[in-house]
Amino acid sequence: MKNLKSYIIITLITMLVFGALYPLAMTGLGGLISPEGAEGKPIFKGETLIGYENVGQAFYSDKYFWSRPSAVDYDASSTGGSNYGNQSPDLLEEVQQRTEKLLQNNPGLEKSEIPVELITASGSGLDPHISKTAAMIQINRISEVRGIAKEDLTNLVNKHNEDALLGIFGPKDIVNVLKLNIALDEMSTEVTVENELK
Amino acid sequence: MNTEILGIILIFLLSALLAWPLGKYMVKVFKGDKVWTDFMNPFEKLVFKLTGINPNKEMDWKQNLKAMLGLNAVFFTVAIAFLMLQGYHPFWNPNDFSNWDPTLAFNTAVSFTTNTNLQHYSGETGASYFTQLLVFCWLQFVSAATGIAVCALLFKGLLNKESSNLGNFFNLFLKTCTRILLPLAIILSLALTFNGTVSNFDGLQEVTTLEGDTQMVAGGPAAPMVSIKQLGTNGGGFFGPNSTHPFENPNYFTNILENIAILLIPMALVFAFGFYIKRRRIAMLFFGVMSLLFVSFVAISAYQEIQGNPAIHQLGIADAQPNLEGKEVRFGPAASSMWGVSTTSTSNGSVNSMHDSHTAISGGIFLLDMFINAIYGGVGVGFINFFVFVIIAVFIAGQMIGRTPDFLGKKIEAKEIKIAALVAILHPFLILVCTGLASYIVVNNSEIGWLNNPSFHGFSEMLYENSSAAANNGSGFEGLGDNTPFWNIMNGLTMLLGRFLPIIGPLAIVGSLAVKKQVPVTVGSLKLDSAAFGAVLISVILIIAALAFFPALALGPLAEYFTL
Repeated sequence: MKNLKSYIIITLITMLVFGALYPLAMTGLGGLISPEGAEGKPIFKGETLIGYENVGQAFYSDKYFWSRPSAVDYDASSTGGSNYGNQSPDLLEEVQQRTEKLLQNNPGLEKSEIPVELITASGSGLDPHISKTAAMIQINRISEVRGIAKEDLTNLVNKHNEDALLGIFGPKDIVNVLKLNIALDEMSTEVTVENELK
Repeated sequence: MNTEILGIILIFLLSALLAWPLGKYMVKVFKGDKVWTDFMNPFEKLVFKLTGINPNKEMDWKQNLKAMLGLNAVFFTVAIAFLMLQGYHPFWNPNDFSNWDPTLAFNTAVSFTTNTNLQHYSGETGASYFTQLLVFCWLQFVSAATGIAVCALLFKGLLNKESSNLGNFFNLFLKTCTRILLPLAIILSLALTFNGTVSNFDGLQEVTTLEGDTQMVAGGPAAPMVSIKQLGTNGGGFFGPNSTHPFENPNYFTNILENIAILLIPMALVFAFGFYIKRRRIAMLFFGVMSLLFVSFVAISAYQEIQGNPAIHQLGIADAQPNLEGKEVRFGPAASSMWGVSTTSTSNGSVNSMHDSHTAISGGIFLLDMFINAIYGGVGVGFINFFVFVIIAVFIAGQMIGRTPDFLGKKIEAKEIKIAALVAILHPFLILVCTGLASYIVVNNSEIGWLNNPSFHGFSEMLYENSSAAANNGSGFEGLGDNTPFWNIMNGLTMLLGRFLPIIGPLAIVGSLAVKKQVPVTVGSLKLDSAAFGAVLISVILIIAALAFFPALALGPLAEYFTL
């Protein structure tokens, strides 16, 4: 029984140190060093929280660049992937439906041009990125709906293109859809103002 | 060269480079030499004073084993009680989560005590911050320290000359917590926070999206927990989809950091073995054997993922493009495979892509990794598992050259070989029997609804779950509906047996070797650091894994591959 008492004391002390003090110190210190990072890099518009830099959002209107399909519909309170195996009939059906939808909504788009990430769901259900190609194939549609010149949209996408880490490590030519769409909205405002001035 | 491939080469090289000095440092901690973390001394002394434990007491293998089991039994009891009473937690429960179902609480308490972190719950919908920190984060430290401390006992035993003293478990356990895990966890946690891994107590935040919808976003103190879950090969994520979640793993840089953290201590322990017994060449040979398997596995898996999903290609869509179902664009297929192989070989179990959605062969590689369960391996226990293969290889090599086999000058006799063989057989036994049982139930109850995928892949889901439990890994083919009493209890028992028997067996072997007389080295002795022995070792590992598991692999991943 003497041993048991020692074990219980070790348990309580380690629990206090590693289960409470350590995480509290880390959240406290983390918040001091990087308040932005500790909050998950939130983006505000005025007072309103309109998103987090790295958390994807659902985009389905024709006026926005679409993000990837999500198995949880971008519900960031209950995240996850589809967990479909490669041959799952459900997966293949969804892939076909998504392909159809992309073809319908994007004039001039060929089936062979569709990038794979636009028809498959991510692991987290919150993937903030698509490839640059995936953004480029949506330009025709957005240009038509918003009345912005295609060259301007191409420039916008290029401006938001992310290179590999230090230029040499990891995926390159990817685009953060939320940031791109925020910039797109700002661009539209400018275009409207210009038109009104004319 | 392709930047994605360069990225994974960088991860591997950095892990190995950092593991070398860490291995040296760990040996100093184990041996009680002077280190820069000596300022932890007063705290450690206080703990021992309060508990009345003498950290310098010499203990043999049985005394150490008793201490380890006793302490872990208390960990488990406290954990299960806290989970079943979650509804009564006094604070840190902003979303008002309630008590856990007993079988789920049993499964999860076992899971975190055994360093497995198999999760039949989802973090953001089932666990309060109180649970996440005071139960899970705490157990991620102490379960890792348990494994590492036992490994240190083993090192000492191998060096002993006719002495049964393996050192003191309590001393090694506490110092591993304070001097190895804590400093690393602090550095990693802050680095992650800086890059956007959340670290707050905000609960659910309401976002007004550009489309005008409302998106509820769960946050929490993720960074400290993610940090120790990777370093301690625990793997239990703060959020359901683990390190695919942008709040756990926000960008490619954090992905590099976390992947290195997965490999770091397991690799360092291999080097530490060499420094401890002052036979670096043997450690290098072990590291080489493990790395050969590791790199081959990464190459196969990454190749398959970059080739993509043939079933989609056959529809005439996304031809020649990679398999991105269940993957994040910011990591890409190569880094997803690198992580997958890292996490399954080290029994970590965190994921940065959904393993269920990997190609058939890549999923098969992950399974094979868990069948072997000793390529670097879980912190401490990975090296112990590898030690079992070494004993068997030494025995076989000894038979080949017609000598009494010896390991580091200690004769390997019938007793040691019997224990090693039993431990080696336990792993396939647990996995295959449980998978057989589950398959029987599924076949006879077509409406049971466990499987997310039909046919061969469905079988793989069950095989994976059982392998993950037995290997104390914790990752899953998450399509499996595993939060049922059947799976909770079966996996819980598997995790217990899969954790403690492979510790007890090798400790007994070392206990027996420690008191043996040293036999002099002669020209006829087996050279452990020779390429020939390396070849025998690889063969033994592959033969044991392949013979035991080939039929299961054929029914799952291979059948799936060949039907495409």
